[in-house]
Amino acid sequence: METILTTHFADDGYRRIDTYRRFGGYDALRKALSMTPEAIIDEVKKANLRGRGGAGFPAGVKWGFLPKDLSRPRVLVVNADEGEPGTFKDRVIMGRGPHLLIEGIAIAAFALRVHLSYIYIRGEFVREAKVLDEAVAEAYAAGFLGKDILGSGFDLDLTVHRGAGAYICGEETSLINSLEGKRGWPRLKPPFPAAVGAFGLPTIVNNVETLADVPWIVTHGGEKFASIGVEKNGGTRLIGVSGAVNRPGVYELPAGTNLKEIIYTHAGGMRDGKALKAVIPGGSSTPVLRPDEIDVAYDIESMAKIGTMAGSGGVIVIPEGTCMVRALSVLMNFYAHESCGQCTPCREGTGWLKKIVGRIEAGKGRAGDVELILDLCDNMMGRTICPLADAAVMPAQSFIWKFREEFDRHIGEQKCPYGNRF
Amino acid sequence: MSVAFSDTARGEFELLLTRYPDKGAVILPALYLAQREFGHVSDEAIVYVAGLLGVSPAQIEGVATFYTMYNRKPVGKYHVQICRNISCSLLGAEHLIEHVAGKLGVKPGGTTPDGKFTLSLAECLGSCGTAPVMQVNDDYYENLTEASIDAILDKLP
Repeated sequence: METILTTHFADDGYRRIDTYRRFGGYDALRKALSMTPEAIIDEVKKANLRGRGGAGFPAGVKWGFLPKDLSRPRVLVVNADEGEPGTFKDRVIMGRGPHLLIEGIAIAAFALRVHLSYIYIRGEFVREAKVLDEAVAEAYAAGFLGKDILGSGFDLDLTVHRGAGAYICGEETSLINSLEGKRGWPRLKPPFPAAVGAFGLPTIVNNVETLADVPWIVTHGGEKFASIGVEKNGGTRLIGVSGAVNRPGVYELPAGTNLKEIIYTHAGGMRDGKALKAVIPGGSSTPVLRPDEIDVAYDIESMAKIGTMAGSGGVIVIPEGTCMVRALSVLMNFYAHESCGQCTPCREGTGWLKKIVGRIEAGKGRAGDVELILDLCDNMMGRTICPLADAAVMPAQSFIWKFREEFDRHIGEQKCPYGNRF
Repeated sequence: MSVAFSDTARGEFELLLTRYPDKGAVILPALYLAQREFGHVSDEAIVYVAGLLGVSPAQIEGVATFYTMYNRKPVGKYHVQICRNISCSLLGAEHLIEHVAGKLGVKPGGTTPDGKFTLSLAECLGSCGTAPVMQVNDDYYENLTEASIDAILDKLP
């Protein structure tokens, strides 16, 4: 099967520019510079390239939101803040194929008439930031970044900027505030970043994987890319499988690959021969699935049809014997910790969810607690500036809807039937 | 007690100023420089960074306290951060945390009396395919077991 991104990732030298170029690296940039910006955007639209960060917005359409007026400089910001629990794919791209990303940035910047770009990488990825820094220096030295790239007259500066430990900064307006040196509070929209973004300038924020797909699209054409995936979701996806499987890891598979096949064939099936209990399919925020629901195509539309999301491509596999209340408690601790505190429904709501789920797990749940959680969820969902509250609500609701008996049993028996252990 | 960057850090700081259209963007990288230079982001470090950028210490403190990676208090020579999120928990992180806490004789958040280790719990480190995972200073250690953690920690000078 054809791969787009990971083809040479097993080669340690691939992170260096010489090896990257030996495999045709930066030829796509050369080709792009001979095209018109509009023609490049057209190919990306034809490719049905959907944002790989979680929301799945069509990249070409997003690019079209920049104002036509070129009087103000524009900024391209790469979202490399990979923080959604269960997601670990962009780290692999940056660590093993940094030039794929840099080439994608250069092409996108040319298409968007951007001369200033940043990679905002999560602070914990110290090693990957170093790999990127070295790769950026190589690209400058080779004339793929900087002034008059390949004699085209096109200039682009690129800087690697480290975040400092805040999940919320993966939300694009929070990321922009953080890049500007502020607390990572999300901004009210509108104005959208395409109109007023980083440093007050029109800004496009794209995920690492999204941009890394761009060189291939330029080389092979949008239609070819689209033909790899499914109708509205072109190309491959880097799917990170974690939890109780025999071969956890990142798998590059066509969008629309069956989720059951991802777990049982690619990731080697269940660890220790345990039965499957649940799957969180697209990062910790996405609604959980029961085993009878995973015979589904893993693409944006198909997952939406069954009430969940492919999200950021992080498949978390939960085995039989896991306490679902304890698992939810771990997630609720996380969202309470990461709420930025700006909006009351989220700041208070995530705290309450943590407290109530925590007391149920501790054997101190009260009658009516489950209804209280669901009521809280109704008062959080869609009532905040950014989707962090929604991200906490989706697991809370779906765990209760699909594993209600475990919550009731904890409250009824006033203890965790699993002995408060994983 | 006032503090100041070394010439090296000062040079890095000046270079950073050339990379952004607004000097505010240098606050996060400057705080990293301060943490590297002074060991942690002390009150004096905040005043110093504020002075370099011509903004109020309150603004810098407001930023520094939003992010988990700026240590406002000193940490041990090795900052051991064990992920406790879902993928790591499914593969035994809770047991590993207990094991390390017992081994070092400190609770999460604590520092050993000799100042060598600080133990912290981390949220998802973005390495779920090689869970359980911990970060010690700048480095990730993956696919951890009690035995491998013992070997890693025992080897640190």
